[in-house]
Amino acid sequence: MSWLLVALGGAVGAPLRYLTDRAVQARHGAGLPYVFPWGTFTVNAAGSLVLGVLTGATVSTPLHALLGTGLCGALTTYSTFSYETLRLAETGRGFLAGANVVVSLLVGLGAVFLGAELAGGF
Amino acid sequence: MSTREPPPGRPSVDPDVDLSVPAQRAETAGAGRWRVLAVIAAGGALGATARYAASLAWPVAEGAFPWTVFGVNVTGCALIGVLMVLLAERDGAAHPLVRPFLGVGVLGGFTTFSTYAADVSKLLVRQEVATAMAYAAATAVAALGAVWAGAVSTRALLDGRRAS
Repeated sequence: MSWLLVALGGAVGAPLRYLTDRAVQARHGAGLPYVFPWGTFTVNAAGSLVLGVLTGATVSTPLHALLGTGLCGALTTYSTFSYETLRLAETGRGFLAGANVVVSLLVGLGAVFLGAELAGGF
Repeated sequence: MSTREPPPGRPSVDPDVDLSVPAQRAETAGAGRWRVLAVIAAGGALGATARYAASLAWPVAEGAFPWTVFGVNVTGCALIGVLMVLLAERDGAAHPLVRPFLGVGVLGGFTTFSTYAADVSKLLVRQEVATAMAYAAATAVAALGAVWAGAVSTRALLDGRRAS
């Protein structure tokens, strides 16, 4: 049962990341291809916030499989984040690469804490 | 606008989708939209399920260093490095659904940022500050090292094959 819920959450989370990334790029990226990867930053922050809410609310195991492991897990990504950081560094944007790592981590942590607080605390 | 295009033969910054690449910008136009979204969904389901399987195979105690998610994220980063160099090498000749399925779907769904951030937060709440810091830093360093090693070694292999 959990397997199906994780798969279902993943099947929704990954396209949601793709569509969000497109929407964010369409807003921010017009004419500026190599700027900060805001799309991935947005999904990682949003997914961390939702996972924080699920952690704070101590949801049931099946709901956590669907929304936490599946949806938030697939909505957020470390592979895309790392690859973007590498590309920023390789294209002479070392500062943006470093900023991407530090800001993503701090905002991700903040989002988890905020979400947990909103849902009643850790 | 020529400055919007990534250098030829070089992948763009965002492997999920880069709207400055005309073929990727057009992915959601027309009837092909549902095919792209369907392969991303299928890949995401596979990737997330594989991550879940890893978490069952190698469970980690509360308060301990989350080795399983660490390994998942580092592995996925090495693989995206390999994949994106292979796709750039084909210079648009690869099947248009390969990047959406493997890159956006499978690897994006396999790796996770939210679980990473939540695990660091939980360790901090448990006052396991040293483990939290070590995990946060080790994942970032190992993931970046893995994506770099994957990309560089694949480029070297391809260059070697071309030279011989």
